[in-house]
Amino acid sequence: MSLRFILGKLLRAFLTLLLAVTFVFIVLRMSGDPVSQMLPDDTPASVVAAYRQMWGLDRPLPEQYARYVAGILHGDFGFSFRDNRPALDVVLERVPLSLELGLTALALTIVLGIGGGILAALKRGTSVDHATMAFTIMGHSMPNFFLGILLILAFAMTWRILPSSGTGSWRHLVMPAVTLGTSYAATVARFTRSSLLEVLHQPFMRTARAKGVPFRRRILGHALPNAGIPIVTVVGLRLGALIGAAVVVEPVFAWPGVGQLLVSAVAFRDLAIVQTIVLLIAFTMVVVNFLVDLTYGWLDPRIGMVSGEAAA
Amino acid sequence: MTAAVLTKVGVGSAGALPVEPTIDPARAPAATPVLAIEGLTVGTGAVDLVIDVSFEVAAGETLCLVGESGCGKSLTCLAAMGLLAEPVRRKSGSVRLGATELTSLDDRRLRDIRGRDMAMIFQDPVASLNPVQRVGRQVAEALVVHEGIAMRSAMRRAVELLGRVGIARPNERANAYPHQLSGGMCQRVMIAMALACRPKVIVADEATTALDVTTQAQILALMKTLQDETGTAMIFVTHDLSVVAEIADRVAVMYSGRIVETGPVDALFDHPAHPYTRGLMDCRLHALSAAGGRLAAIGGTVPRPSARPVGCAFRPRCPRAEERCEMVPELKPFAGSQSAACHFPGSAR
Repeated sequence: MSLRFILGKLLRAFLTLLLAVTFVFIVLRMSGDPVSQMLPDDTPASVVAAYRQMWGLDRPLPEQYARYVAGILHGDFGFSFRDNRPALDVVLERVPLSLELGLTALALTIVLGIGGGILAALKRGTSVDHATMAFTIMGHSMPNFFLGILLILAFAMTWRILPSSGTGSWRHLVMPAVTLGTSYAATVARFTRSSLLEVLHQPFMRTARAKGVPFRRRILGHALPNAGIPIVTVVGLRLGALIGAAVVVEPVFAWPGVGQLLVSAVAFRDLAIVQTIVLLIAFTMVVVNFLVDLTYGWLDPRIGMVSGEAAA
Repeated sequence: MTAAVLTKVGVGSAGALPVEPTIDPARAPAATPVLAIEGLTVGTGAVDLVIDVSFEVAAGETLCLVGESGCGKSLTCLAAMGLLAEPVRRKSGSVRLGATELTSLDDRRLRDIRGRDMAMIFQDPVASLNPVQRVGRQVAEALVVHEGIAMRSAMRRAVELLGRVGIARPNERANAYPHQLSGGMCQRVMIAMALACRPKVIVADEATTALDVTTQAQILALMKTLQDETGTAMIFVTHDLSVVAEIADRVAVMYSGRIVETGPVDALFDHPAHPYTRGLMDCRLHALSAAGGRLAAIGGTVPRPSARPVGCAFRPRCPRAEERCEMVPELKPFAGSQSAACHFPGSAR
């Protein structure tokens, strides 16, 4: 992997972030005047004007944009009028909880999704394969919140073995993580299976057999590294969906993370919070994509090569 | 450095096979067969793709399997290696390596033999190498698997092997990925991989077909040299008669799943006994003048395995065919050293 490859990806990541920031700016300006949205309808015009001046909304758009971008660069994401604190602080204190949930769901996905996919591919056409694929279709088609409610009904209401909401122990984490991870794991399992099946029929797998390489070594040493790119792609891509799903799943389990904050901020029209969370999500996605790109270059030497190296 | 490797790869030094090859005087007049295939039938469902194929190769000998695409050459090789993939399977017949009957071995025992006593080189060298693994490591893996040595020392031997197959600067090239090497270079890597554990038999399935002519000549020369040094038996599959002329000691011509003629290469080229062999010879470019300026071709096409004609499969395309040919001809000795499966072997067109 060359430095140019990494720098190129970094530049692209930066441009993506700038685009996201600009997009948020435009959408917020298009969604109407925030002052009139936040203040009661009968607020005197002079007060409205004072607020507009205070937030710089009376200035020309290019200047507003420049101030807004400069503010973000300085870590100023606006003020949450509901909490009367900087929006960034409000959002950041929710991040660890969301991270805890998200990473658990991700780990579950990788173990169940990739493990299930490998199992299904190796046992292709058997009942193991069929069962795994049936499970993935179920996981795919069931909406997150519905699965969450089903789990609450079963484990919290009927059998009373898991708490239905809140945080504090690993038992609180089980149902939200399973809910969040299921559809994700299903997608990853399907990709792993098809990608592995494709690789298993490649000529170099036959070479490995002709060389007398044992089965496990053939799968772990030859098949999986080659099947890795589609798997990493789908894991990375679906991470966006995971963040989106968290917005739905967190309120179901009263999990006080970023997702729940976003839902309540939208309801209260706390625009600074909404804006901060949207940018945080965009930032996360950009970082994830960057990592995925780097992983590509690491998994497959044919990617990330500058033409000059090919002559070696 | 090279000299050290040379002695290491000598025939006698293999010694890894538990059973020494036994001599069967009735079978092999010239030398002890290293690999003997007998009555091999391969097929899928009710369709037979390889029918009753028998041949053997001795140490240091090269047997060329010749025939058109789809005649069963590759399947014969894969069956010999125990590498057939479902739904194609071996229906009957035996494959003996020395005194070991391979068809009765379980997959674990067979795995120990593959890559150590028998190695295979494939048609498309670039696709046959793992694209995301450095080539040196791929060569070294055979040593790690079969000799139980650590990857580090295996890598040193891999670099030696790469140098031995004519790769310049093997130290650097060992760190290359297949896509950074040319097709010919990749085939050299495959050869190095095949040689790694000093096999008794190398099966080369169209090993030079995907290469351009000059590279092909280099690879053939290399394989010949290495074979002279190591005394390895070689089965070389090809459809290219100029390759046969270059490398073969003996030839087995296959048509529609059967061996139709076999014999020493000179005899086969000088006086082909089977009409199909004769047809193949006439198709060569330098037969042009003899045919009066027009390149000869065998009329018709190879029958599909599921729709072979009754009797001799070549009958519909044979200029010499008669009623008798509706009976499958046996492979019978002809003119001393040759055998042909034809009712009218050696007769004029």
